[in-house]
Amino acid sequence: MKSNSFFKQVTALLVSIVASYSSAQDDTDHQYTSEAVAAGLRVYTQQCALCHGPEGGLVDGINLSRGEFRNASSDADLRDVISGGAAAGRMPAFSLSIEELSGVIAYIRAGFDPEGVAIKIGDPERGRVLFEGKGECAACHRVNGSGPYTAPDLTSIGSLRTPASLQRNLLDPASAILPINRPVRLVTRNEETVTGRRLNEDTYTVQMVDSQNRLRSFVKTDLVSYEISMEPSKGPTNLSIEEVADVVGYLLTLRGKQ
Amino acid sequence: MFKAKTLFYNFLLGTIFYSALAVAQVPFERILNSADEPENWLTYNGGYSSQRYSELDQIKAENVDELELKWVLQNQVFGAWQSNPIVVDGIMYVTERPNSVMALDAITGRVFWKYKHTPDERSRVCCGANNRGVAVLDDRVFMGTLDARLVALDRISGEVLWEAEVGDVSRAYSVTMAPLVVKDKVIVGVGGGEYGIRGYVAAYDAATGEEVWKTYTIPGPGESGHDSWEGDDWQYGGAPVWITGSFDPETNLTFWGVGNPGPDWNAGQRPGDNLYSDSVIALDADTGKLDWYFQFTPNDAYDYDSVQVPVLADIDWRGTPTKVMMWANRNGYFYVLDRTNGKFLVGEPYVRVNWSSGLDEMGRPIPTPQPEGMPTYPGNQGGTNWYPPSFSPRTGLFYFSAWKDYATIYRPEESEYEPGKAFLGGGFSVLAPSPGAPTIGIGRTNPINNWTSEVGHASLKAMDPNTGKAVWEYDQFDVSDSGMLTTASDLLFTGGREGYFHVIDAVNGDLLWKVSLGGQVVMAPVTFMVEGIQYVSVISGHSMSTFALRNP
Repeated sequence: MKSNSFFKQVTALLVSIVASYSSAQDDTDHQYTSEAVAAGLRVYTQQCALCHGPEGGLVDGINLSRGEFRNASSDADLRDVISGGAAAGRMPAFSLSIEELSGVIAYIRAGFDPEGVAIKIGDPERGRVLFEGKGECAACHRVNGSGPYTAPDLTSIGSLRTPASLQRNLLDPASAILPINRPVRLVTRNEETVTGRRLNEDTYTVQMVDSQNRLRSFVKTDLVSYEISMEPSKGPTNLSIEEVADVVGYLLTLRGKQ
Repeated sequence: MFKAKTLFYNFLLGTIFYSALAVAQVPFERILNSADEPENWLTYNGGYSSQRYSELDQIKAENVDELELKWVLQNQVFGAWQSNPIVVDGIMYVTERPNSVMALDAITGRVFWKYKHTPDERSRVCCGANNRGVAVLDDRVFMGTLDARLVALDRISGEVLWEAEVGDVSRAYSVTMAPLVVKDKVIVGVGGGEYGIRGYVAAYDAATGEEVWKTYTIPGPGESGHDSWEGDDWQYGGAPVWITGSFDPETNLTFWGVGNPGPDWNAGQRPGDNLYSDSVIALDADTGKLDWYFQFTPNDAYDYDSVQVPVLADIDWRGTPTKVMMWANRNGYFYVLDRTNGKFLVGEPYVRVNWSSGLDEMGRPIPTPQPEGMPTYPGNQGGTNWYPPSFSPRTGLFYFSAWKDYATIYRPEESEYEPGKAFLGGGFSVLAPSPGAPTIGIGRTNPINNWTSEVGHASLKAMDPNTGKAVWEYDQFDVSDSGMLTTASDLLFTGGREGYFHVIDAVNGDLLWKVSLGGQVVMAPVTFMVEGIQYVSVISGHSMSTFALRNP
């Protein structure tokens, strides 16, 4: 491969990243407002911090700032627990206004960062159905030992990514995809065309999973062409705001095989 | 940049081919017939008979000096690298201390994925955070861990598919061996012979990780052999299994070498034969039921683990077709057994032996314990140890690394068993040629060898199973923990602590080629073929070096 074409590609790549940042869609509807987060901080400090502590980790098995709960996962679950109480009365029911309630959830979802982004998190079970069906996620991604290897295995993704990052991958994959995961296409001297996902690369070789789910390694001097796509194989999702929240909710439950 | 159409087309292709994955990469039948595909190295010992012999012959005496280095993989962790690589269709799977697995391209040595398991901090092992490799079956890769777990990984992504608890880490159970897969099961044994464990071999469902059977290496109350122990000694009597066994499909038996009884050096504290310590046990592959055993060293006082690889062959033994098992034991004797029933055929000392004056007609040693303060031959590390031997069906010879002229002075003491704590029964020192002179350590940690060959040195031995005696020997200055590899071109590939990678004529022991790799070789080389080129990989020090001919 000539270095010339390589630099062209890198340049094109940078242009495309900048472009996708500037065109990033307005996803206010997918997340809570900064006012809600600020309101949540006030409510939390007055009502919740006494038991849960300023960092949200004082109750066994729960770490609010890190999004670790005993049973709840969606925003609706949190709303139920706060309004209805839990743990046989040890968590009392709180009677908060709709704004206060949203605020507390927003503050939790922002990771206790008053300036943080608090994205909405829906129902994991509905999210799983969307993941495997309408959302077409399972057509490329592998979870808990089933599915293809076309896109990265998501078995542990919930412990590796923040909710905001997961959401961005759905809404604007071109800006969120890790560069190593960009699709590659190469043609060998034997005129074999191979597409797939990179696992590892150095100056002279590249290792990938190809579209037939095989581990392949190539020496670059044996290639006629080697291209890295600027776009992920999947465009922005067509799912609704609520559905995106559900899928994010499902992804957050994927925390690896224990 | 891709066109959207092309991408969609590729995406569809990917989905279509995904269904092809239903055909597993390495079904049991491939492993069973591994001799038919010498281009791969499918099990720890290169096949169920554990001969570490390959039909590949591209590299031969006439061209061996054209070997050149193709790639090196550097270990990221210090310590002896005892891992044995597995090679499947151009992909190599190798472990790294303490419990990482890597999938590599076998042609370039570049890494596809790496899985890292961090063992529980309570893990205890006597002799280093060793791991000797993985096993593969279908589309899974299996590794035992220092905290006595068994992990199944997806061979393409390296993701964990299941994890099973093999033993209690708080009582110093561990797994350092590469698992053995038979049919639909993954079989492992446990280490911990220096910590008062009660050893066992256990089989797990390869698909789910559920335990299928578990056979203790020390019989419990009511079981045959239990009376070879007194009182509660059997409960913490050691008898670990830390080296991969063999499998004979004809009899459906798996064979396992069992380690030392505990406490190691104070045999007087545990009267009796201490079955099945220092034995080979034959277990049914489906049920784990004991079929036969042969004990090499009853009531062992010298740490003579019988954790050598059981090497199986069908040979004309003294003129009669015989299904044999060949065994160079740590206790200094070389044995040939009938593997269908465990019957003793021949046993001869291969190094100086003074703890016993010989074997009786049943193969039982006649004990001659040395007076207090006097040296015992062979010493604590044994005449040989776990290093994998090789048998070439072409030469009919069995090859292994022996330690010659090496002796130990034992100091037995009373030890009290405490769960998870060392349970040794005293100590030992290596016999030195003059007071205070340096003696052989556990490994080579210095570029200067100041212990000299007088305290022990390596001798690569080629044994004739008919006589039980060496046909030729190849002596080295330092000792060797290197295993063996033979090929159909009658080459013997091996190494040693000095860091040389040797190619030796398997017929007569002549040195054909050598290269200094600069670090001790503590495993056997393996060979494989990709795209018509034969490769040989050998781990020395912290590097795995892979060689092939310059112009094959």
